[in-house]
Amino acid sequence: MTGRAKLRAEGVRKVFGSGKGELVALDDVTMEVDENEFITIVGTSGCGKSTFLNIVAGLTEPTGGKLTIDGHAISGPGLDRGMVFQSYSLFPWQTVLQNVVFGLAKKPMSRRKRLEIAEEHIAMVGLRGFENSYPSQLSGGMQQRVAIARALAYNPSMLLMDEPFGALDAQTRGLMQELLLGVWEKHRITVLFITHDVDEAIFLSDRVYVMTARPGRIKAELPITLPRPRDYEMQTAPEFVEIKRRIMALIREESLRTIAREERL
Amino acid sequence: MKRLFRIYDDIPRGVYLGVAIFSICFILALWSLLSYTGLTDTRLLPTPSDVLAAAQREAGDGTLWGDMLASSYRIGLGFLASTVLAIPIGLLMGTLKIGEAFFEPPIDLIRYMPAVAFVPLTIVWIGTDDRQKVAILFIGTFFQQVLLIMDNVKNVPRNLVNVAYTFGLKPWEVLTRVILPASLPGIVDTLRITMGWAWTYLVVCELVAADQGLGSRIMISERYFDMPAMILGVLVIGLLGITIDYLFKFLYARLFPYMKRRAA
Repeated sequence: MTGRAKLRAEGVRKVFGSGKGELVALDDVTMEVDENEFITIVGTSGCGKSTFLNIVAGLTEPTGGKLTIDGHAISGPGLDRGMVFQSYSLFPWQTVLQNVVFGLAKKPMSRRKRLEIAEEHIAMVGLRGFENSYPSQLSGGMQQRVAIARALAYNPSMLLMDEPFGALDAQTRGLMQELLLGVWEKHRITVLFITHDVDEAIFLSDRVYVMTARPGRIKAELPITLPRPRDYEMQTAPEFVEIKRRIMALIREESLRTIAREERL
Repeated sequence: MKRLFRIYDDIPRGVYLGVAIFSICFILALWSLLSYTGLTDTRLLPTPSDVLAAAQREAGDGTLWGDMLASSYRIGLGFLASTVLAIPIGLLMGTLKIGEAFFEPPIDLIRYMPAVAFVPLTIVWIGTDDRQKVAILFIGTFFQQVLLIMDNVKNVPRNLVNVAYTFGLKPWEVLTRVILPASLPGIVDTLRITMGWAWTYLVVCELVAADQGLGSRIMISERYFDMPAMILGVLVIGLLGITIDYLFKFLYARLFPYMKRRAA
């Protein structure tokens, strides 16, 4: 093992409920994320990938296994990790500016400094002029940009993203992916991204982990060697298509397994 | 014309307002037609002018204002006592499973006992003064309110809570800075709805035993077969109720401007 791993998960297991209602969501997830890497986990719906991300965020306790960030065991949520959820995560009673400032609540700094940082991050995601808008006045894509700005504002060393563009239409999703890559290339932060969109995974990542159907396990690990900076046209390049074919085949195996299992029930 | 009858479709604002005003005028017209023309016995259904005359009389000698004040005082106190307890207990039940386990069984049980059935009991226990009215209002309101508020609290999107944890907030801070403001619009709506029910309980109490108040005025007027005063009593209760309802709606719009949806 290399010494520069940012996140290390070893044999992570998660069981919900007990007795007859027991559900093994994750079984022996072992993976690593290096410093400043962009890593994506893809898998069929219900495979436990979101559960895994919640465990990394410290929001859910694993049933077993070891998880470390910078060598320290994860014991709960912390400001070293920022999280972006799929939807409904902006505080509706706060304006865009207030939302971003709220993320800095536990940072020891003056109110002036908080405002300054918030405004800088709002500008970074291209929302200057919307500081005083409420989330309900913004489109879904704009709301997710606020969520990204808010998670980055308190300067975490790792960004956790749970299908952040999953609820957006295809055109907006493409633009958001480019925006995220732009921000990431400037910020150089470690990202762990969850999605079931294979194109999205390849386009964004340095490496892609494919998960099995429930109980979730790592099925395969694929390096993405496409050069950076990446642009949208890359998605039709032969290398892109080839890796997509491989990942699709892996996921298809898992989908078929899930269907077969459901039919037995 | 056909456009006005499309299912779920919007209609012009002017048309909406016109139809609403027409609907009220229609009822007034029907009432006038039945009473002024003598189609019905005016001793049983007095004319609008009879009721207006009763209103002038009661407003002039002050009974109307005295009754309104007495009823408002009772409902205000009973509703306040209920709300002050229901909000914290509802928050506790909605957020902590152990709180729900402790409070829900007895509340559920009492909720299904009609508050009205407590009227004789409370008269024996407390008497017929304002405290008894407040007690009935409390019994009738609290047990409904607290369960609705519990649901308001439970409906807070879990992601809002999770996000707050990732900002490093402690559970107590999440409760006061996220869960409370997030459930407040729902809670205000709950208050508006339960206020409507509270009026019913108040009037029932006043009908049974009270020497002042809008409900008791109806009862007293019945003794003298004063039909205009009885109808006036019912109308005033309705008007007060709808005024309070509009006040709540106004408060909601002022407090939660962010709840307005974006025009698509």
